[in-house]
Amino acid sequence: MADTQTIDKPTQKVYFSLTTSPHLHSKWTTSKVMWSVAAALVPSIAAALTFFGWTQIFIIITAVVFAVGTEISIQTIRKKQITWFDGSAALTGLLLALTLPPDFSLSATAIGSVVAIGLGKQIFGGLGYNIFNPALVGRAFLQAAFPVQITTWVKPNFAVDSVTSATPLAALKFDKIFTDTASMTIGNIGGSLGETSAVAVLIGGIFLIAVGIVNWRIPLSMIAGMILFGGIFWLINPQNPTPVFHIFAGSFLFGAMFMATDWVTSPITNKGMWIFGFAISFVLVVIRIYGGLPEGVMYSILFMNGFVPLINRYTKPTIFGVAKEAVKK
Amino acid sequence: MSSKTFKGGIHPKEYKELTEHLSFEVLPFPEEITLPLSQHLGKEAKALVKKGDEVQPGQMIAQAEGFISAPIHSSVAGKVMSLGKEQTSSGFPKDSIVIKTNETGESQKILFTSLDPETVTPDEIRERVALAGIVGQGGAAFPTSVKLTPPKDKTIDVVILNGCECEPYLTRDYRFMTEHPDNLISGLKLIMKALGVKRGVIGIEDNKPEAIDLLSGKARYEQGIEVVSLKTKYPQGAEKMLIKAVTGREVPPGKLPLDVGAVIQNIGTAIAIHDAIVKGEVLITAALTVSGKGIKNPKNLIVPVGTPVQNVIDYCGGVTEDAVKIVVGGPMMGIAQFDLQAPVMKATSGILVLTKDEVAQNPETPCLKCGQCIEVCPLNLMPTKLARYTQLNRFEDAEEAGITVCMECGTCAYTCPANIPLVQWIRLGKQKVLQIQKERVVN
Repeated sequence: MADTQTIDKPTQKVYFSLTTSPHLHSKWTTSKVMWSVAAALVPSIAAALTFFGWTQIFIIITAVVFAVGTEISIQTIRKKQITWFDGSAALTGLLLALTLPPDFSLSATAIGSVVAIGLGKQIFGGLGYNIFNPALVGRAFLQAAFPVQITTWVKPNFAVDSVTSATPLAALKFDKIFTDTASMTIGNIGGSLGETSAVAVLIGGIFLIAVGIVNWRIPLSMIAGMILFGGIFWLINPQNPTPVFHIFAGSFLFGAMFMATDWVTSPITNKGMWIFGFAISFVLVVIRIYGGLPEGVMYSILFMNGFVPLINRYTKPTIFGVAKEAVKK
Repeated sequence: MSSKTFKGGIHPKEYKELTEHLSFEVLPFPEEITLPLSQHLGKEAKALVKKGDEVQPGQMIAQAEGFISAPIHSSVAGKVMSLGKEQTSSGFPKDSIVIKTNETGESQKILFTSLDPETVTPDEIRERVALAGIVGQGGAAFPTSVKLTPPKDKTIDVVILNGCECEPYLTRDYRFMTEHPDNLISGLKLIMKALGVKRGVIGIEDNKPEAIDLLSGKARYEQGIEVVSLKTKYPQGAEKMLIKAVTGREVPPGKLPLDVGAVIQNIGTAIAIHDAIVKGEVLITAALTVSGKGIKNPKNLIVPVGTPVQNVIDYCGGVTEDAVKIVVGGPMMGIAQFDLQAPVMKATSGILVLTKDEVAQNPETPCLKCGQCIEVCPLNLMPTKLARYTQLNRFEDAEEAGITVCMECGTCAYTCPANIPLVQWIRLGKQKVLQIQKERVVN
């Protein structure tokens, strides 16, 4: 793009780089964004290794390696530019790994990564063109292919006596046992690798909001939506969990910070982001309370991913200076 | 003190510290000057001289043609060498008059009679501004006399002086505000008089507290003049953004500030108006900031109009080893230069020599649909969509999405993490859409 030509002058040499304005640019690039998100996941990874043992690192490594490998293979076959170093494939692998239960089979993890990148991303044309969150596509495939394995939980280290290996949501759904919020905040409870520690997720999420990668509207609207819809169901029937339980249980916060906020598969307008967040929480509450499965973050986000083009279409911002009435005409 | 602003925008690194403390220096007369006949919006001026003619500084060498136009004056004493197409900083060659400066240096600067700002009439102000060849100093170079002659059916109730200087690097307006505050207020009063307006506002970004304090102190003794502190945010100095911040009014697409009762003038324009009325001077110098990490000695300069960019750069010590780009104007909307013989024009506000570090070009990737361009667009457009429609030749969709409303401020392209040249695509799409609209009218 930068046409540089050299003009030799007797006194000095000047390089002319000719591009159109603007001549300044923020320091962000696609790969910097991807690696920053990966960095934001470090607290969650640390929590996972602490509570479920260091051997869980093999699940993460397997997922990342196979995600990157699939990206390179497909791009090679399609004779496209190899772009694994932009970090997006590695990030997908990392996100997928953190949604899996501890001690999950490594071969199944590899399959999940291949599906996430192959069916979730490359089949649509690669980075930027996919409709559904690739990591969740991989997770959904594993949920269908290995339904028992993926709901087999491990009792965490440092667990208080009352905590079982079951996730708080499963414990509630099948055994009517409430887990205390303190444990769910720290993360010494049963669950997927990255989801159990609310503190670790929030540290990473707040970092991403602070640097401007995560648009705060999506997590905030999901939390507000959960307080609203979870609250309504709780008021109707106090047997239902409180909104606070809904927020801290399962992968709600992980989904709100890292999955629903995926740029490619979330709305591009501010108004759209509010609708998206509220709708995810509504679908989620319905799944958790009326569905057969205890957890529904993955399905609710994937479900709303499908509506993103429609949401974008109907939430176009009003152009500056155009009166509201004029638009309606 | 809370600062007013608009929705959206960005805050790029300012780089103002390079020149903000430096007083204006006057550039010596160059050996040769090139005066394009079109240094303003509207019709190009008509040459009044021929090859071989002797001219004096301040002598009108081309007269305004039609209503929206401005005359051109020689900025030096010398001899007309040629009339023809010459390269300009806009990137296109334009009809120009080339004048060789007298070696003797003897010159008789031509001045108008001085007028008393207290007794001068609105018509006299307009006439003088037109004859002095004053054009808007903000960059668009709209003939100022036209702006001072609003249609009869429009009511103007506020004049806003644009002291935002929201483009990084540029400090010209800041120097004007701190070095010539009295001339500035005198210029503002003349503009208000010409328009018959009672309220004058000087809008200044809050990164220039000295200018705000100084002018607020002066404004206290003037009737109807106030200083408004504005949030430091690009593009605060864009007309529509400035009017919104100061008055809360929004200029609809395709309309002018005067449609919402406002007239905007640049700081430099107000100074030029004061000089034309009180000192009888014509506009033959340009005040500009020469800055960037690639210039050895950054300066604020008063330059004879028509001076080649090369002379200005040489005067500032030349460029450094790592200089890669030379821009005329600000870094957000200015034009990269390939021929340094292009002359400084009346509305040139800056010459920037930028290093590789400053203009880092990062690899482009597909759009990540992050929506940041939409969030920062001050005009609430969807830049990523506009660029996409252009790439796909979907010009009807681009038109409907408001591509012609875009003012090319560059906020979106600055922000884009995928490094998509959004403004470049939008500019292309805009041209195509305007062409289609023209054909539609013809058919």
